[in-house]
Amino acid sequence: MPYIPHTDADVKMMLDTIGVNDIEDLFDEIPRSLRCQPMDKIPQGISEMQAAQLLGKCAQQDVRSLCFIGAGAYEHHIPAAVWDITSRGEFMTAYTPYQAEASQGTLQVVYEYQTMMASLMGMDVSNASLYDGASAMAEAVLMAIRANRRSKSHVVLVAGSLHPNYRKVAHTIVANQGIELVEIPFDGTGGHINVASLQQYSGQDIAALVIPQPNFFGVLEDVDILTDWAHAQNALVIGVVNPIAMSLLKEPGQWGTDGADIVCGEGQPLGVPLASGGPYFGFMCCKQKFVRQLPGRIVGRTVDSEGKLGFTLTLQAREQHIRRSKATSNICTNQGLAVTAATIHMSLLGAEGIKQVALASHANCKLLSQHLAELTGVDVIFNRHYFHEIAVRLPKPVASTLAKLAQQGIQAGYDLSADYPELGQALLICTTETKSAEAIKTFCQALADSII
Amino acid sequence: MSENVPSELRYAETHEWVREEENGICVIGITDHAQHLLGDLVYVELPEAENNIRSGDEAGVVESVKAASDVYSPLSGEVIAVNEALADTPELVNQDPYGDGWLFKIKFINHAELEELLDSESYNEKVAAEEA
Amino acid sequence: MLIFEDSKPGRRAALQAPQAQADTLDIPSEFLRASKPCLPEVSELQVVRHFTRLAQKNFSIDTHFYPLGSCTMKYNPRGVHRLASLPAFLERHPLAPDVHSQGYLSCAYGLQEILKEITGMPAVALSPMAGAQGEFAGVAMIRAYHNSRGDKQRNEILVPDAAHGTNPASAVMCGYKVREIPTASDGDVDIEALKQIVGPQTAGIMLTNPSTLGVFDRRIEEISQLIHQAGGLLYYDGANLNAILGKVRPGDMGFDVIHLNLHKTFATPHGGGGPGCGPVAAGPRLAEYLPTPRVGKDGDSFYWLTEQDCPHSIGRMSAFMGNAGIILRAYIYCRLLGREGLHRVAEYATLNANYLMKCLAEVGFELAFPERRATHEFIVTLKKAAKTLKVNAMEVAKRLLDYGFHAPTTYFPLLIPECLLIEPTETESKEELDRFIAAMSSILEEMQHEPELVRQAPHTMPVHRLDDVKAAKELDLVWQAE
Repeated sequence: MPYIPHTDADVKMMLDTIGVNDIEDLFDEIPRSLRCQPMDKIPQGISEMQAAQLLGKCAQQDVRSLCFIGAGAYEHHIPAAVWDITSRGEFMTAYTPYQAEASQGTLQVVYEYQTMMASLMGMDVSNASLYDGASAMAEAVLMAIRANRRSKSHVVLVAGSLHPNYRKVAHTIVANQGIELVEIPFDGTGGHINVASLQQYSGQDIAALVIPQPNFFGVLEDVDILTDWAHAQNALVIGVVNPIAMSLLKEPGQWGTDGADIVCGEGQPLGVPLASGGPYFGFMCCKQKFVRQLPGRIVGRTVDSEGKLGFTLTLQAREQHIRRSKATSNICTNQGLAVTAATIHMSLLGAEGIKQVALASHANCKLLSQHLAELTGVDVIFNRHYFHEIAVRLPKPVASTLAKLAQQGIQAGYDLSADYPELGQALLICTTETKSAEAIKTFCQALADSII
Repeated sequence: MSENVPSELRYAETHEWVREEENGICVIGITDHAQHLLGDLVYVELPEAENNIRSGDEAGVVESVKAASDVYSPLSGEVIAVNEALADTPELVNQDPYGDGWLFKIKFINHAELEELLDSESYNEKVAAEEA
Repeated sequence: MLIFEDSKPGRRAALQAPQAQADTLDIPSEFLRASKPCLPEVSELQVVRHFTRLAQKNFSIDTHFYPLGSCTMKYNPRGVHRLASLPAFLERHPLAPDVHSQGYLSCAYGLQEILKEITGMPAVALSPMAGAQGEFAGVAMIRAYHNSRGDKQRNEILVPDAAHGTNPASAVMCGYKVREIPTASDGDVDIEALKQIVGPQTAGIMLTNPSTLGVFDRRIEEISQLIHQAGGLLYYDGANLNAILGKVRPGDMGFDVIHLNLHKTFATPHGGGGPGCGPVAAGPRLAEYLPTPRVGKDGDSFYWLTEQDCPHSIGRMSAFMGNAGIILRAYIYCRLLGREGLHRVAEYATLNANYLMKCLAEVGFELAFPERRATHEFIVTLKKAAKTLKVNAMEVAKRLLDYGFHAPTTYFPLLIPECLLIEPTETESKEELDRFIAAMSSILEEMQHEPELVRQAPHTMPVHRLDDVKAAKELDLVWQAE
């Protein structure tokens, strides 16, 4: 039987021990009226070989193409060692490290991860992960409401230049608690949040301001000015950042005079494959003074009964399994395996390697924008500095252009027209270090041909 | 039980104790029984001084490694002092729950609330009933 | 030894990053980082050796019997992992056009169909990323349903005292008050108490059946009637679905919405704490509120159903498609097992649990519910031993590690004192169960004759008992260079 080791003799001995005649007798406490019919709509089982053939066919239908889509998920090279080690059974098939003595491997990985992530963000502490960037941002909003003792308000200002799906997820998760997410419109020329558009909220009771860096359009925000403005209103600052970019751009801990208070984002660029959107992991870091409001698991270093250093889950009294209805969050299972991959990825690349990835990705985008500038009718929409992703306006409908390019095996970018109709026929294009100069040229030529 | 329930104090059902001082001021803490149940405290969250609270309001949290428990104010009034020492040494609550381990002081507004609290005998009975 | 202690300035795993980009950077310095983050500077071999050694310090399903109650630590088939890791699946961008994505979409659609059949529910959404997110989705759907009818005075969710902590936490995140329902002495929900509590303020109830007490609630039909008559809805926590797969369906028990844990029942790996995946299935009342995105089918082609297609949806729960790779794994697992294999899961999980329960009782352990059948799990209580022998459940759990077994779940559910919640799963052999029984029997002897040996356990792990109090009081959460 698939994955069931029992022989007929085993079953008989076990039933005898229990004192019943049949396995079916073990279900005698379920009311007969509720018992279900055979699950006929589910196909019959197949062998591993048949499954390989079936899935092989499915995989062939997922056309592998030249991908210029970013929009929150980024194709970076992942060193071979990352998933070779991560896929070891001792990491992959372990449970949450509640039994610390039998989980020192996982616990130490998380401690090392927390150290790397906090340092990359310029923050004091990090948790062990949340589900993804969008849900992490929603948790950051809830955390800010709890942590901001100087504010009585349930109003959080959110940059309109933040990923539209992040704003949608945050709405789904926080709306039932009476929290109001107020969207701040972005500047039509720069694509960033102009501090002038915040002035109408000056002097009001605001719990937090959410600042993306880079923002959804790849545009760089004036993080120092925005941070200082928010702090002057007694609002907390939530940074939503790309971790690869943080090897190059100013880390949130250094934003403005006092730095961001909470930082979160999508961890996928750190060694996690695109894989249709997950599993990725959401990261979250904060200042030391807010650590007890941080949701999710946290690992601490301590000593054992002999004085030897060791690792254990700590501050668990914040969590749902102890605090139940008063927990900081309902999160239990997180994205541990993706965090293991990210820790190995960051160890292999180091600070210098990640910065080179950022520089190469950005240099490719600069090259792309130079080529695009030569195309008649194609305009870069925003005039601000950017990081590895740009929004352009096309002279033809984006949807049909994307469809044409898809036929040539090119995924040309993300269509902005549904989320931002005010931008017209706008396309968001991303390059990472994986795009060669030749690939960029091919892309621009194909784009040029498609809009003639 | 070997737990200590001083006879001069009043008690809340939720395991807080109250000691009346002069000028309408009361000191509040958690009982020896409560600290035993929780185990080694690792963190104490206290109300903010100058805040007004009502009896039955959540006034703080006492936290051990495996449990966290709300502290409810047994009285209505203004919080006039909190035990700052607990920020760094929460173990004082374990070591000396009725002395150095006090939580906060309140200037109460309704003496009747104090009268309604349990005396040591009733509190002892309550604990005994819970144990059974 | 930390990876940072292997670090030396100037050392690099140089082939892992692109060549340096020497040309001038166009981003002005006010946007740039001034200091280097603290990441290790190490060679590839150092990284491989460090993390391999760390892996070896873990217990896992691949290395140890892991009878962790309520967690369903069954074997995670290698074939499933291999096939879900085909390059085309790993390389697919979540926003890739549908025409480039028919393979993945067809698998996700296939899983939706299979889960409909298993749950007895007409609609399924796969995007919630873990059980707790599935719970949140389910309760948010209940809320959306009441709101749509203008029935806004319903502000309470009922939760049994034996429930997972995520249940009350999820209800609160949806803006509800939580009312606890007591458990009767036979382990079923206390119906009389429930009758007192349920009323016009009841939005719904969250139940796990079989419950976390390891028993099937026999009065589920009565509970369902009570709640529905009061205008409330029933939410099913699928944490224990492994026990009833193919035997009884939540939809038939009267539930309106359910989440499933793909990382439990459907054998996807736990990954040292995640990722999981918590799809939600809904009955006719709640189907229109399911979260987005879902997968639709038009003729032979598959496509994403988004907010436009589902105007009453509670909305998105993830930036893209949730834990897409876990969805793929669960689909492959279901195809391998097929309908007959899935049916056997519950049978053998239940056989193993009842065998283990009977044998442990015979060697002298006290059962929490001796008169009841075990479901896929059961509870041993060490209440008496803790009083007479001064050895508690946590210490027995730690001693099991020395015998090469992962500990069962301890101190949950909270209402059974000194409990061990034991779930063997269907993939363990009789021989493995017999070895576990022998170990437990031997620990019982030690408790009587060498209690200190048990109290001080574990003795053979990479570390001895850790100082949790110090960990919480003197927070050391990130490493700092001396």
